[in-house]
Amino acid sequence: MSNLTILILIPLITALTVLFAKTTAQIRWISLIGSVIQLAVAALLMKAYYAERAAGNTAQMLFEYRCNWFTPLNIEYYVGIDGISLVMIMMTAFVVVAGILISWKVETLTKEFFFLLLMLSMGAYGFFISLDLFTLFFFLEVAVIPKFLLIGIWGSGKKEYSAMKLALMLMGGSALVMVGILATYFNSDTGNGAHTFDLLKIAAQQIPYNAQLFIFPLLFVGFGVFTALFPFHTWVPDGHSSAPTAGSMFLAGISMKLGGYGCLRVATYLMPQAAEHYSGIIVLLATIAIVYGAFATLMQKDLKYINAYSSVSHCGFILLGIGMMTKTALIGAVMQMVSHGVMTALFFGAIGMIYERTHTREVEKLGGLLKTIPFLATIYIISGLCSLGLPGLSGFVSEMTIFMGAWQRPDAYHRIATILSCASIVVTAVYILRAAGKAMMGPITNEHYLHLEDATWNEKIASVVLTLGILAIGIAPFWLINLIEPDTQLIMNGIARGITGN
Amino acid sequence: MNEIGLTHILFVSTMLFFIGVYGFLTRKNMITMLMAVELILNSVNINFIAFNKYLYGDKLDGLFFTIFIITIAAAEAAVAIAIIINLYRNLKSIDVDDADIMKF
Amino acid sequence: MSSLNIVLIPLLPLAVFLLLGLFGRKYLSKFAGVIATFSVAVAAFLSLSTAYSYFFITGKTEGVYQKLEVMKFTWLQFAPNISIDMGMLIDPISVMMLVVVTFVSLMVHVFSLGYMKGEARYATYYAYLGLFTFSMLGLVLSTNIFQIYMFWELVGVSSFLLIGYYFEKPSAVAASKKAFIVTRFADLGFLIGILILGFNAETLDFGTLIQRLTDPTSTYLQGSVASSFLGISSLTWGLVMVFLGGAGKSAMFPFHIWLPDAMEGPTPVSALIHAATMVVAGVYLVARLFPVFSFDVAALDVVTYVGAFSAILAAVIACTQTDIKRVLAYSTMSQIGYMMFSLGVSRYGGEHGLGYMASMFHLFTHAFFKSLLFLGAGAVIHMVHSNEMSDMGGLRKSMPITHITFLIACLAIAGVPPFAGFFSKEEILLAAFHSNKLIYVLALFTSGLTAFYMFRLYFSIFWSKETQHTTDAHHDEHDHGEGTLSMKIPLIILGICAISSGFVPIASWITSDGLPLETHIDMAFSVAPVALGLGGILLALFLYKKANPRPDTIATSMGGFYRAAHRKFYMDELYLFITKKIIIKLVGRPAAWIDKNIVDGFMNFIAAVTALFSELIKGLQSGKLQQYAAYYFAGVLCFVLLFIYLWH
Repeated sequence: MSNLTILILIPLITALTVLFAKTTAQIRWISLIGSVIQLAVAALLMKAYYAERAAGNTAQMLFEYRCNWFTPLNIEYYVGIDGISLVMIMMTAFVVVAGILISWKVETLTKEFFFLLLMLSMGAYGFFISLDLFTLFFFLEVAVIPKFLLIGIWGSGKKEYSAMKLALMLMGGSALVMVGILATYFNSDTGNGAHTFDLLKIAAQQIPYNAQLFIFPLLFVGFGVFTALFPFHTWVPDGHSSAPTAGSMFLAGISMKLGGYGCLRVATYLMPQAAEHYSGIIVLLATIAIVYGAFATLMQKDLKYINAYSSVSHCGFILLGIGMMTKTALIGAVMQMVSHGVMTALFFGAIGMIYERTHTREVEKLGGLLKTIPFLATIYIISGLCSLGLPGLSGFVSEMTIFMGAWQRPDAYHRIATILSCASIVVTAVYILRAAGKAMMGPITNEHYLHLEDATWNEKIASVVLTLGILAIGIAPFWLINLIEPDTQLIMNGIARGITGN
Repeated sequence: MNEIGLTHILFVSTMLFFIGVYGFLTRKNMITMLMAVELILNSVNINFIAFNKYLYGDKLDGLFFTIFIITIAAAEAAVAIAIIINLYRNLKSIDVDDADIMKF
Repeated sequence: MSSLNIVLIPLLPLAVFLLLGLFGRKYLSKFAGVIATFSVAVAAFLSLSTAYSYFFITGKTEGVYQKLEVMKFTWLQFAPNISIDMGMLIDPISVMMLVVVTFVSLMVHVFSLGYMKGEARYATYYAYLGLFTFSMLGLVLSTNIFQIYMFWELVGVSSFLLIGYYFEKPSAVAASKKAFIVTRFADLGFLIGILILGFNAETLDFGTLIQRLTDPTSTYLQGSVASSFLGISSLTWGLVMVFLGGAGKSAMFPFHIWLPDAMEGPTPVSALIHAATMVVAGVYLVARLFPVFSFDVAALDVVTYVGAFSAILAAVIACTQTDIKRVLAYSTMSQIGYMMFSLGVSRYGGEHGLGYMASMFHLFTHAFFKSLLFLGAGAVIHMVHSNEMSDMGGLRKSMPITHITFLIACLAIAGVPPFAGFFSKEEILLAAFHSNKLIYVLALFTSGLTAFYMFRLYFSIFWSKETQHTTDAHHDEHDHGEGTLSMKIPLIILGICAISSGFVPIASWITSDGLPLETHIDMAFSVAPVALGLGGILLALFLYKKANPRPDTIATSMGGFYRAAHRKFYMDELYLFITKKIIIKLVGRPAAWIDKNIVDGFMNFIAAVTALFSELIKGLQSGKLQQYAAYYFAGVLCFVLLFIYLWH
């Protein structure tokens, strides 16, 4: 298991095999088997990771592999993982399995649909393991393109508009990232005058302060677009609500996390001084996203819009955690990425499955689903409770960690931001319970609902897999913290060194 | 002043070049435009010969290039006329303004 | 007192929850009640044995009851000093709460065997009860302020689930949402309080936190007193914020509005959650942090006045309500107000700690007689199929056991000797008398009101209109009579407790400093409250024993005040105004509008500008070969000119 490339190869091979499949059943099963193998590989990877760490391997990145890709520019294919990437990989593997199970009934262009899903997941895996900025960017782009097609072809509602909006805004974000990466490259120095894309080498040397001040906003805003940084979040509601179920799950569960991971791993890690310099603005934008996202959610009438806006609010917590620049808050930010990834995938999954049956997502038109489709309604309520931060589910752990980390900043500005963010969890409770109370509980509003079928086996497995993920984090967060903690410490060291070295 | 100098020949070739450009920009018939292009090419040929004779009398590079261009021009004329014939088959016209489907 | 036993106490209900939650609906719906009841019975037995061994054998060291941590492990490490630890704290109040929670829960489980029989979601009901019991036990055993917050939220959600048990009734759904959201709002205060206190003391552990914030020489305490915000020290802020959370759960003014609505849940649930256990969590929280509170008079004053005001407000409203469960709900709120201000007037240690002891004593006795009242009300509702007083009357003959036990409970809450409420209320009044005369007068008045509205309830149910229902009962074959044996037994047991729990020597067990406290009932002092109580009873007898027009006449003569009290002083309307008109209209709608039109509009504007620009220049791409050639030559010409210009 020392070669991480297998993480990219499995989805790639699965995707290619899908192209040669003959029947719809074959396509489904091949995709499912591929993604399950990937999940198993991720689990084995975790085991191997623990074993390495237990054996006393203290290298920052494990299972490193590098080979030259384009020597004149020092572009390498360079991969490796630490605890943070590991948990992101695990999260992705869970979401992919669930997403494929939930798309079981896609009938139009099935082959292309699963192919794109698998390509998207390949992009995400590649992104999380890349340690070379160029490779990283490459995979980021790989993960963007399929979304456009997934929404544009299999979507619902004003899908062309949404697909175009999403693709353009994300492309705009990656354009900024590209500029930022190039600027980083030309400010890097391997010692003999050559430049490098190597993430660790760049982190070890320091990019000049003035250059940092210029590059950091490019990278942070660029990645921020992916993770719904205010005011670049407007692709989120439209994109999510138009996307097919698995598309929403991947979009909110995985690709929004690409941005958060990039903000942390690339922007903050490589440019700690600039991060410190701009942290006030980050906190401000994050707080706006959290509070304003929550209030905007209050007014939504469509289940998917509710969840999409609440994603804006929840992803604000990731950025808040990064902006607070304390170790606890950084840990919280990573946990929030994982937690929100699994939770929101479950949430969108539940909404999609309900929509498939009721053919409406309007809260006002739904009612009493807990009576007719108890399993799905329960799943919706569980993910809702996770979203509003119920202890025992993952949302609580990550949000509280962020609050704890944020409170460590003693000045009034950060305190007020923290209190406002805390207040948003009350608003979250309001909008989640409004939706759940009206759509899941209450009297049955439509005769047709009496004859709905509850979840099929594939939907049940998908929901259970994700629910287990939520519970695993919510009930026993310590394993997650143990994985993340040493690596956030390294990032914090970088920040501390950058500030004192200045 | 009683000898024909480089300047005179360059003047002729420049005139020829701009006559070719003028013809290319104003004629609507594609065959005529092709002829204009030939004029431009020939003006270049004249330049090559002239420079070769006046500046590097002991070398033959300019002559070679001229022959090369004449060859290219022949091939080009063949390709161009083939395109024109195809356009005529499709559009029933060899007016250049009718061949404007490659726009926004 | 083995630690395994204590660990099992909360885990048993949890196991029931998991078992019934996962498999109950399909496989276990017949046996759900029995399984759940059995496991809670075991838990109750273990609690009693724990209490016995704690109070009589192992608890004391040199005459002082100790705080024992039975087990503890780090659950979530935030920072080197700050972590959420999961543990179990055994000290006098947690042991008492263990007994109260498991015992009342057992009674409710048994009662529900009959009451909930035939419900479609019978197993789910018991699963939720298991979840609630687990969370409540976790709450009382918490060693860590964040642990208590977690279980705090969990009891909140189990209360949400149980109130919304009849989820097809819109009113039940609305009530469950209201309960959750109002308490959640208060919990925001709790969370901020935790952050303030936790970071001032640099720990979240109760023991360490209390030790650090009560030692006058510690830098932590000095730091928290010195730093201030808006002229109030951060210690006070922290405590008041924590108290806000407690006030939310305990339905203190102004967060009380959820409690009456919460009566939409099944009545046994109201008995368990909204009478005996969850609603006293706020009192328990203040008691848990009492050593710190006692250092901060300002925070204690807030507790005192909020408690006293809630007590009297609720008592006034209770006099005007006609839904029997709502009367009981307001009475709960009023009694919890008693417990709160009793804590507020108390100080730390010795004689000054009388209020603390009295509050815990009242919590203890109140749990029994109030759950008895709710279960009795449940039995009545079960028979009459209505919550309205006007549908009842003359039930004393058809439901003798309910009648007698209900009467006992009413006498207990009215403070008539020798019933349980008398003893605890005396201690509270005594504590108030010694520290704050204003509070004493309010409390005395409230106790008279309490006696009045409880007996108004009693007479309206069991006397008033004669024989109407008894005759009906004989003809109506669908009538359940007084209910099954499983419904009567809890009533009888709780009735015995309501008589006898006043004689439990709480004072020698549960005090602010762990030392036994000498108490004595002063006859002369008791005269006033008992007389007022009897006066209230007599007034109720005069007005409600027989159906007569006097109550209406009085109500009319009170005019506006009666109407205001009947409408609960328009608190619900006020909240609705704030949420609907202000939050939704002035914040939510603009936020959504801005997002749609300004932020997203800006993005669309950029797209539109790009499209417009492209519209402007797309004419250049005309498809005309000669135009392109002209541009080309013009370009070349420009370059040549530029070149020549630069050359010079």
